[in-house]
Amino acid sequence: MKILIVDDFSTMRRIIKNLLRDLGFTNTSEADDGQTALPMLQNGNFDFLVTDWNMPGMTGIELLKAVRADARLKDMPILMVTAEAKRDQIVEAAQAGVNGYVVKPFTAAVLKEKIEKIFERVG
Amino acid sequence: MLDDNNKPVQVKADASDDVWQSLKERAANLMASLEERDYVSANNVIQDLNELRDNTLYREVGKLTRGLHDAIVNFELEPSKASGTDSAEGESQMANAKDRLDYVINLTQTSADKTMDMVEEGIPIASAQAEIAKQLQLDWARLLRREMQVDEFKGLAERIDGFLAQSIDGNALISQKLNEILLAQDFQDLTGQVITKVIVLVQDVEDRLVELMRVAGQIEELTGIVKDPAAKPKTNKQGLDSAPEGPQIHADKREDVVSGQDDVDDLLSSLGF
Repeated sequence: MKILIVDDFSTMRRIIKNLLRDLGFTNTSEADDGQTALPMLQNGNFDFLVTDWNMPGMTGIELLKAVRADARLKDMPILMVTAEAKRDQIVEAAQAGVNGYVVKPFTAAVLKEKIEKIFERVG
Repeated sequence: MLDDNNKPVQVKADASDDVWQSLKERAANLMASLEERDYVSANNVIQDLNELRDNTLYREVGKLTRGLHDAIVNFELEPSKASGTDSAEGESQMANAKDRLDYVINLTQTSADKTMDMVEEGIPIASAQAEIAKQLQLDWARLLRREMQVDEFKGLAERIDGFLAQSIDGNALISQKLNEILLAQDFQDLTGQVITKVIVLVQDVEDRLVELMRVAGQIEELTGIVKDPAAKPKTNKQGLDSAPEGPQIHADKREDVVSGQDDVDDLLSSLGF
C-alpha cells in the first residue's frame, strides 16, 4: 500500500505520516501542494491519496478534480484532511468524488476510522 | 487607542461663527443697497458674498485635507516614522508586526519539529523493549512449566540480565526525550506575548482607519462628492461558496460552517455517503 500525503505544512505531513505508520502503512511519500503531487501520482503507482485543501499553487480540491479527470488515476481513493469547514466546501468535495473528509484538528481514532471505512468500501 | 500626540483630528465641516457674522453683515448691506436701488453697491456685495463662500470652502477643505494627511501619517507605514519601543531602527510598525508573526511561525515550527524528533526517536526504543519483553515472557512461562533444560536456562538468564541493563538505559533515554518535549513547549509563553502586541497594533490601525474614514466622509460632504452606488461590493453569489477560509475561529456562530467531525459525517451521510 503506497500512500501520498499532500500538505503545505511539514508538521502536518509528519503527523499524518506517523499516524499512518502506527496503522501499519509504512510506504508513504510527501508533497507540499497539488502541482508537485499530480506528477508524482501519475508516475508513482500510488494506491491512496491524503490531501489538505488550502495550499499555494494547486489546492486540494483542484488536485481532487484533476485526479478524477485522469483516466489512469480516476479510481484512486482520496481522503481530505483539512481545516476547511464550510458546508459548501464539503458538498463540493463530495460532488467532486472525495472518499472521506476529516476536519482539523482531528484525532488518531478519527483518521483510523475514516481510512478503514474507505478501504472497506473500495475493497 | 490614540494618545496625546495622535489625538483624533477635530475638523468642523460647518461654517464658523465668524463666517456667519460676515454673512449676516453682508446680507444686511445687500438689503440696504437694494432698498436704495443702488445696483452697483448691491453687485459689489454679491461679489463679496461669492468670495466669502469660496474662501470658506477652501479653508475647510484645507483643514480636512490636513486632517486626512495627519491620519495617514499616523499609520507610520513609512520606515522614518516608526516609533515603536522595540521596533528595529528604520522599520515601520507594519513591517515589525510581520517580523513578529514570522517569529511566531518559526518558534512554533521549531517546537513542533523538536517534539516530533523526540517522539520519533523514542518510539523505536519503547517498541524494541516491548518486543524483547514479550519474547522473554514466553520463555519464562516455559521455565515455570518446567519445559526448559539447564543449558537453555543459562541462556535465558543471560538474556534477562541483558534486558534489564538495556531496559534501564532505554528508560533513561525515553525520560530524557520526554523532558526535551516538555521544554520544547516554552514557545507558548513567547508567542503569546508577541501575538498580544500584534493584536494591540491591529486594534490601533483599526481605530485610525475609522478616523480616516470619518475625515474623508466630511470632505465628501463638504465638496458635494457623490458616492457611486455602483462601487458597492457585490454580495449575491451564485452556486457553492467554497473559497478556502482556513480554520474557523467562530464555528459555533456560523450557520454555513460545520462544528466538528460529527457534523461533517452527518452532512456526508445526508449526501448519500
